Amino acid sequence: MPFAFDLPAIFAFVIAFAIFAYVVMDGFDLGIGILFQAIPAGQERDSAMNSIAPVWDGNETWLVLGGGGLLAAFPLAYGMILSALYAPIIAMLLALVFRGVAFEFRWRDPAHRAFWDVAFSVGSVVATLAQGITLGGLLQGVAVANRGYAGGWFDWLSPFSLLVGVSLVAGYALLGATWLIMKSEGPLQERCYRLALRLGVAVIVAMAAVSVWTPFLRDAYWLRWFAWPQVLFTAQVPLLVAIASAVFFFSLRRRHHYTPFLMALGLFTLGLAGLGISLYPYIVPPAVSIWDAAAPDVSLKFMLPGVLVMVPIILAYTGYSYWVFRGKTGHEGYH
Amino acid sequence: MFEAFDAIVLARAQFAFTVSFHFIFPSFSIGLASYLAVLEGLWLWTGRQVYLDLFKYWLKIFALAFGMGVVSGIVMAYQFGTNWAAFSDKAGPVIGPLMAYEVLTAFFLEAGFLGVMLFGMNRVGPTLHFVATLAVAIGTFISAFWILSANSWMHTPAGFAMNAGGQFVPVDWLAVIFNPSFPYRLVHTVFGAYLTTALVVGAVGAWHLLRARSTDRGTDDGARVMFSMAMGMITVVAPLQILAGDQHGLNTLEHQPVKVMAMEGHFESYNSGAPLILFGWPDQAAGVTRYAVEVPKASSLILKHSLDAPLNGLDTVDRKEWPPVAIVFWAFRIMVGMGMLMLALAAFSLLARVRRRLYDWPLLHRFALAMGPAGFVAVIAGWVTTEVGRQPYTVYGLLRTADSVSRLDAPAVAASLLAFIVVYFVVFGAGVFYILKLMSHPPHRGEQGPDRGAPVRAAGLTPSPAVAESLATGREV
Repeated sequence: MPFAFDLPAIFAFVIAFAIFAYVVMDGFDLGIGILFQAIPAGQERDSAMNSIAPVWDGNETWLVLGGGGLLAAFPLAYGMILSALYAPIIAMLLALVFRGVAFEFRWRDPAHRAFWDVAFSVGSVVATLAQGITLGGLLQGVAVANRGYAGGWFDWLSPFSLLVGVSLVAGYALLGATWLIMKSEGPLQERCYRLALRLGVAVIVAMAAVSVWTPFLRDAYWLRWFAWPQVLFTAQVPLLVAIASAVFFFSLRRRHHYTPFLMALGLFTLGLAGLGISLYPYIVPPAVSIWDAAAPDVSLKFMLPGVLVMVPIILAYTGYSYWVFRGKTGHEGYH
Repeated sequence: MFEAFDAIVLARAQFAFTVSFHFIFPSFSIGLASYLAVLEGLWLWTGRQVYLDLFKYWLKIFALAFGMGVVSGIVMAYQFGTNWAAFSDKAGPVIGPLMAYEVLTAFFLEAGFLGVMLFGMNRVGPTLHFVATLAVAIGTFISAFWILSANSWMHTPAGFAMNAGGQFVPVDWLAVIFNPSFPYRLVHTVFGAYLTTALVVGAVGAWHLLRARSTDRGTDDGARVMFSMAMGMITVVAPLQILAGDQHGLNTLEHQPVKVMAMEGHFESYNSGAPLILFGWPDQAAGVTRYAVEVPKASSLILKHSLDAPLNGLDTVDRKEWPPVAIVFWAFRIMVGMGMLMLALAAFSLLARVRRRLYDWPLLHRFALAMGPAGFVAVIAGWVTTEVGRQPYTVYGLLRTADSVSRLDAPAVAASLLAFIVVYFVVFGAGVFYILKLMSHPPHRGEQGPDRGAPVRAAGLTPSPAVAESLATGREV
């Protein structure tokens, strides 16, 4: 076959990018929810909330793009994954309802602010846990037959999926803590430095545990990581994780404002790259590849210009919105 | 078999519940976003303080409504996969890209500029802030465009072929997007959203006019302006909406005649002039509409524009093709009834305006107050009419609902349905309560925006003395 655009592969990359954008952006605002009970009520909490209030809605839109994009580009996989992971998906959606409304409700009802703050934290924890379990449940494989899900209602529940769930909670919390280091000062920032240190350790342990476990889930993953010669390529991932971790702890010690967040982002990027290495080209392991699940070319071709034109524009005005609200939240005299 | 049937009914109930709840918020926020853009534009143009006050007043309400629309909307993006996996597989290649375009061109635009719109006035200045407001308002339209195109395609599919895997494959995208019912549905729905918002704004204005009257307080400028604007909007849009609805109905008659038969309660065919059944009880099992109150030949007049035109009934169609007639019949009557009441309000307010009694005619204000929720009722009833009228198909005439559902256990769907009901009533019940609480205060001069109660959010600009003090002392305001 002569070289041609492999549209399913392009869209696999697009979906992966949407998931990446979602995880790093909603990751830090979910992370603030996870840490919310560790932040004293009053000024510190308000300031933490204010640092994400103008942007959380845009962050969560990437989740809609992930879902909508999956339906559009890989309709078969969309149906299989969401049916297979029914319970965690529904739990995630309901949890997101609670935490999403808390942004406005807590200001509208001071008498019940403590209630909406709990809704915000519990919603954030449950949504994150459910996302991690979804990912773990997908990685460990989904039973399919006749273009549909063929497993049971609790197939997703396993020690591995729970481990991924807990790991993601630690990961988002780390993103949240380092985001607040960047956006706050004074007691809140100092508190976040301490939290980030502990969370950093937890995240690295979790990443190691998931990474060690994953190749044992399926032979295909093992070969993907350890077969010669691509091990020369895949070995770069743990190496870079080690470097990013070192820089992360160094920057915490030196009380850098921006570096901890950037390194946390780096760790997430590497984690997702590792995920891509394990999965590609399967979208519903072990049986369904991106080419099996892809929508007809005519659908993908119709969307391609939209993606190529709109995503850069979206990134531009998202960047603008972040820029408008740049600087430390709740501190006088910055513009 | 019996269990599969249960799962289908439950999955349908879940979709109907989540989509109806969701639909309430955009049908309000589409109109409100436009209203906010108009208010801010008027403020920039005239410099009158009252427009800015009203803008900030409604912006707080918008923030709540929009937030609830967002979180209930995310649920919709996943409902297709969780409960309707077979539909997603088969129709995904056609409607998936339309929804992807909705996300790319509308959702990000709204979400990206919402932060600036809610919290950024002091940071970007009035002109750029107006641009953000416009971006959000335009985003709500683009969103309506794509989602109604996808929805319309399910009613009047066009521009596709079928492949070996049983999937719908798009052939002509323009034919897909501008499918036969789309232009009618779009106009009818957007007018519906405008009316919904105008009725709410009008009711809030009327409430404060009545309150000011009963407490002998001077009437608020803000309440007068919002009441006048809302009544003006209803006077213009209510008659147009009835026209648009009529055209939409004729379009439905052409493409989905069975739905119209159910709306009319016509089980039997009429060879010369079908009666308009005003009220009655459609008995699906017996195939008759009982206790019918009829206007002879009026249905033929409305649908065929001729008194003696023949009209087919459900007796010409296989029973397996019938939608649940009673639901469609009654939902349609509720919608039309609300439309007639809106027309009456439009006429009444026009009379009051002509007589220069718009602000001191308590009966008008009470009527407008009572009509506050009418838009929501009409929109949901209309939605039920068209969606239940599409049954027993998801893609009309081509893909049956029974063949669209995921392979799910009934207990799983039942449990999640219950969870949705509980969570939605708690969360959105609280949200509606907060909105009503905001509405119960009249708009006043120097109205605060949504950043009220969140002092640190605006700190660094011009913190109020109370905030500055709290920052200095570390106490909460």
